Amino acid sequence: MTPETYRKGTPGDGLRATRITREAGGRIVLDGVSVAPPSGATVGLLGPNGSGKTTLLRVMAGVLGPGAGVVTLDGRTLAETGRRAVARRVAVVDQHADTQIDLSVLDVVRLGRIPHRRPWSASGPEDEAAVHGALARTGLADRAAQSWHTLSGGERQRVQIARALAQQPRELLLDEPTNHLDIQHQLELLSLIAALPVTAVVALHDLNLAAMFCDRVVVMKEGRVVAGGTPSEVITEELVAEVYRVRAVVTPDGPDGRPSVRFLPGGAVHARYGHDERAGP
Amino acid sequence: MTRTEPAPDTETHPPPPAGTAVGTRILRDGLLWSAGIALLLLSVAVAVTIGPARISVPDVWSVVASHLGLGEGRLTPIRDGIIWNLRMPRTLLAAVCGAGLAVCGTVMQSLLRNPLADPFVLGVSSGASTGAVVVVVLGVGGGAVSVSGGAFVGALCSFALVLLLSHTLGGSTDRVVLSGVAAMQLFSALTSFVVMTAADAEQTRGVLFWLLGSLSGVGWGDVWTCSAVLAVTLLICLGHARTLDAFAFGQDAAAALGVHVARTRIVLLCATALLTAALVSSAGAIGFVGLVLPHAARALTGSGHRRLLPVTALAGAVFLVWVDTLARTVLDPQEVPVGVVTSLIGVPVFVLILHRTRRSA
Repeated sequence: MTPETYRKGTPGDGLRATRITREAGGRIVLDGVSVAPPSGATVGLLGPNGSGKTTLLRVMAGVLGPGAGVVTLDGRTLAETGRRAVARRVAVVDQHADTQIDLSVLDVVRLGRIPHRRPWSASGPEDEAAVHGALARTGLADRAAQSWHTLSGGERQRVQIARALAQQPRELLLDEPTNHLDIQHQLELLSLIAALPVTAVVALHDLNLAAMFCDRVVVMKEGRVVAGGTPSEVITEELVAEVYRVRAVVTPDGPDGRPSVRFLPGGAVHARYGHDERAGP
Repeated sequence: MTRTEPAPDTETHPPPPAGTAVGTRILRDGLLWSAGIALLLLSVAVAVTIGPARISVPDVWSVVASHLGLGEGRLTPIRDGIIWNLRMPRTLLAAVCGAGLAVCGTVMQSLLRNPLADPFVLGVSSGASTGAVVVVVLGVGGGAVSVSGGAFVGALCSFALVLLLSHTLGGSTDRVVLSGVAAMQLFSALTSFVVMTAADAEQTRGVLFWLLGSLSGVGWGDVWTCSAVLAVTLLICLGHARTLDAFAFGQDAAAALGVHVARTRIVLLCATALLTAALVSSAGAIGFVGLVLPHAARALTGSGHRRLLPVTALAGAVFLVWVDTLARTVLDPQEVPVGVVTSLIGVPVFVLILHRTRRSA
């Protein structure tokens, strides 16, 4: 379980963000952020609201420009690779996708084939195979005809993951995919994501879920990466105090001895690096 | 627990027996298409017979055949003229306008993710009217600029204004519609101002009738111009059919599917502005066709634009042929501007769509 286990590819392999710096509205949102998810790993992206997780994912997907830095796919920048070619490699699942158009589950999953098809061509057997493979993998094979608008939040996220898989990506970027789900569906969705044969970068709020399902975690604060490594290395009482400003007890009680975080009441912390001073009553 | 497989193992899931499904789909599409074209041809033929002068479908056929060089005309020159020079171009232009407005509405609704988008609601038709009136009444351009050219510039200005306004206001569905209302009011006021200050009484009457949307007094030239622009725009839109599908979940989702969002928007919005301008400079601002027909067509074909666009065009054509027939016969011998009738039909449907989006929101 050492980090080196995942470093299979040559340097420059896969999707890499290097020294990304971006401003929005006169504020620095990302400040020299570099991320290199190891091939095949599930990487948790942690940090409080406004720490830059969503912006980083949008830059890595090529939806936003990289500002002062560079995002590469197998050593070539996204601009050199081209939009369609990027979309055949990198798929994105947003935290809350919705549409006013009346679409079936199958319609939505078929959208994932758009980057693979030429403008005037009809859908071929490999498109159908990819779509049905993605439906089967996400357990939606018998729901293909159902209307999007009749699905629950958890089912919609599963459909979006199926659509992303129909793109046949090697990299999957997910922005808080569990945000609107109850705990059962959060666990279901994350075990599905962790079992996928892709490199996944998942922005998450919940430290325990990240510890449970991620091979590595990257922690962001105010646009900077402040920690990176395995969950056991990174998720500590000191880090929770520094990044989230709350007191917590971290014990190795999770599955496989992974860290388990228990927050303490009245535990807001106003100090840096664990020099905690209790605030409030 | 290293996982190094390059891609999801879709190969392990055999595809369903696709051959039969694709076969039935092609058959169903073919049937829908033939039925639609047959319905359109029949509608045109029957609509031409309706009016003060008594004419039968075989009469129409014989006149069309003689003008295409396929047979001897057996009607008097007056009846021939009524069919070939008055009713045929008018009915055909109704079909072209209906198809064009419906296609514009479909593309705008998908691109702006707004079920209420339509050239009329967004003020594009008003902008085109202003441009056309400026050329006709003020004589701007001194004859070098055609009415269609003025209408195109007006349509683009109004589109740009709506997009700019809605963008600065946050870009949500209701903001886009409100920006459209603002643009429509502004350009209507400009048009009225130009007409009131510069036009004589005769011009004013003609301009106002045309602003309400009317197909009276059109000729073959209008039919050819509008058909050509419709054909080009429809081809461009069909070439972008899959790209339009990608906008279902918004422009970020489209970008993540490999779509050049900005380029697609500019190309398609310019194409729809051009088509709107051509239609407005021939027939005036006919409202609500582009709003209503795409919704009806989606119910028929589903949301995939490759099938939706042609079906919307056919449905719009048949719809406007009959609405125009109604408009010119219901108060016979007086004529109601066709835009008045489409608005009378369109407004209740507009309310219905508003009600539905409120419920799903």
